[in-house]
Amino acid sequence: MNALMNWIEQRIPMMRVANMHAIQYPAPKNMNFWYVFGFLATIVLVNQIVTGIWLTMSFEPSAERAFASVEYIMREVDYGYIIRYMHSTGASAFFIVVYMHMFRGMMYGSYQKPRELLWVFGMLIYLALMAEAFMGYVLPWGQMSYWGAQVIVSLFGAIPVIGPDLVIWIQGDYVISGATLNRFFALHVIALPLVIVILVFLHIIALHEVGSNNPDGVNIKHKKGSLPEDQKTSYKIHEYYTDKYDIVDDVVPFFPHIVLKDLVAFSVFLFGFCYVMFFMPEMGGYFLERPNFEIANPYKTPEHIFPVWYFTPFYAILKAVPDKLFGVLTMFAAIAVLFALPWVDRGKVRSWRYRCGLHKVNLLVFAVVFIFLGYLGGTPQENWKIVASQIATIMYFGFFVLLWIYSGKEKTKPVPERITL
Amino acid sequence: MIKTYLSNPGEKLMSDVSVDTNKSTADNNQPQSSDRRKFLTVGTCVVGAVGAVGAAVPFVGSWQPSAKAKAAGADVEVDISGIQPGQMIRVKWRSKPVWIVRRTPELLASLSAHEDQLRDPDSEVEQQPAFAQNKHRSLKEEYLVLVGICTHLGCSPQHLIDGNFAQYAEGVAEGFFCPCHGSKFDMAGRVFAGVPAPSNLVVPPYQYVDDNTIIIGSEAEVS
Repeated sequence: MNALMNWIEQRIPMMRVANMHAIQYPAPKNMNFWYVFGFLATIVLVNQIVTGIWLTMSFEPSAERAFASVEYIMREVDYGYIIRYMHSTGASAFFIVVYMHMFRGMMYGSYQKPRELLWVFGMLIYLALMAEAFMGYVLPWGQMSYWGAQVIVSLFGAIPVIGPDLVIWIQGDYVISGATLNRFFALHVIALPLVIVILVFLHIIALHEVGSNNPDGVNIKHKKGSLPEDQKTSYKIHEYYTDKYDIVDDVVPFFPHIVLKDLVAFSVFLFGFCYVMFFMPEMGGYFLERPNFEIANPYKTPEHIFPVWYFTPFYAILKAVPDKLFGVLTMFAAIAVLFALPWVDRGKVRSWRYRCGLHKVNLLVFAVVFIFLGYLGGTPQENWKIVASQIATIMYFGFFVLLWIYSGKEKTKPVPERITL
Repeated sequence: MIKTYLSNPGEKLMSDVSVDTNKSTADNNQPQSSDRRKFLTVGTCVVGAVGAVGAAVPFVGSWQPSAKAKAAGADVEVDISGIQPGQMIRVKWRSKPVWIVRRTPELLASLSAHEDQLRDPDSEVEQQPAFAQNKHRSLKEEYLVLVGICTHLGCSPQHLIDGNFAQYAEGVAEGFFCPCHGSKFDMAGRVFAGVPAPSNLVVPPYQYVDDNTIIIGSEAEVS
């Protein structure tokens, strides 16, 4: 057996990679509950890919057959309904864990130097994920698929000069049609999953280069030769890390310590996931919207058009601005500003545990405003909501403005030398 | 060096002799660049980039509407010579009903009488090509061209004539009434206030080829 392993290792470095990235990867020992969402996101990605492949086996991407083939999957394919609900619940679960993952990064300053690119790769994943989810939602060809696509694609029509031609180019027709459905299918099934998998790979490579952050936001890697022997970890850490750094005695190997913790979280997650999947797959109209159980009809606009819940904060921002072009720009700016977060935050202290009180308030208000925008964008239009969404939009951008102002000369608390537990 | 190699393939390579100009330094694995090499590198990149752009053409181009889609969405030519005053005909354009009404002078004169009952009497919302943003919402006053789809939920409104419209709008003899949710439009396709439909009926792009023929789907080039 050993001989076989050696034979393989000499030809492809499997154990070296496993050691470097798991068995001998140094992870801070104080990683808490908030650190499970990256792992969960990976699991959900695998779920989406596997169930997606199975759905493709019965789905027919054409305006005539798409809706009927989804009904066929639900009613006639053995276990088809489970596979479809795994996929549809997985889509919402994906965004839940990704939003938690992002908020974790904001709490503990995981985007700050030297993790800027790590954050940018994460944001690119988020962007690709939004495109993936949007196109996936068009495929069942229900009313909300059709009219949702109508609204989103027409956003590009707001671009001056090239807008109208661009819309026709995206649609492949003068209206949203079977041609649009077919190309969205191709992008949803091949192009974007490929992009997402590559980005996830880069995200992890970048993470392992700069090292995992932790709730205290303190470094676990120190300059080579700067630590006395008794402060260095006694775990076997891969020489890729120990050659360059002294690793402080506050780490555990990623495998098995962190993986086991993640598996506990995974089993808890599965309870919630399966409960939704089996007992409330529509989630009261939030995961699967009711108008989507009716086939797409270009001549009948649904009374209210909402995107699925994970897009509603941005939809509220879009609707808050009376001018169409400016509204589109504001909505895209709301996403773009997240990319700039590592440079907007001028602070040197990472974790909010040791930052000023204003920062904690600012971040919590931001989270509440984001959820409130989600509520405004996902419920029927009323007069008070217009003003409310305008205020909430200003507050959304206000988070970044405030952060930039106070992080320049912030009064922080003393940061501990070593990880506290 | 290359020449030597090609002309004497059996001989030992002369790289040892000519290596001076292409020598690698200790901290750089790249061969040292001469101007000629730089030129070749840049030239290759430029040609490669042009090739890449050329190769992208079919991929970008294939997203344009196909011949089938173009045929289905093609302009429609309509002979309007047979329409009597007051009469309306329906044609199909991009799977939507398009109405063409020949309005009488009396009807045209009555359009301004009920403007206080309308939501957007001056057609400020862009529901028409620029040429139709006028009182009668058409190229020629006499002929009204509209997409016959209610701007509320896409039903097709009914054309009510001979005073039958007055039961829905006081003092207005003729108009369009949507049976689905009661939206009302006048004989220029302008929406009445207080109905579910938010905006005027859509005027499609169209142009006159001659006095008797309309093409629906495209506008005349502005010269």
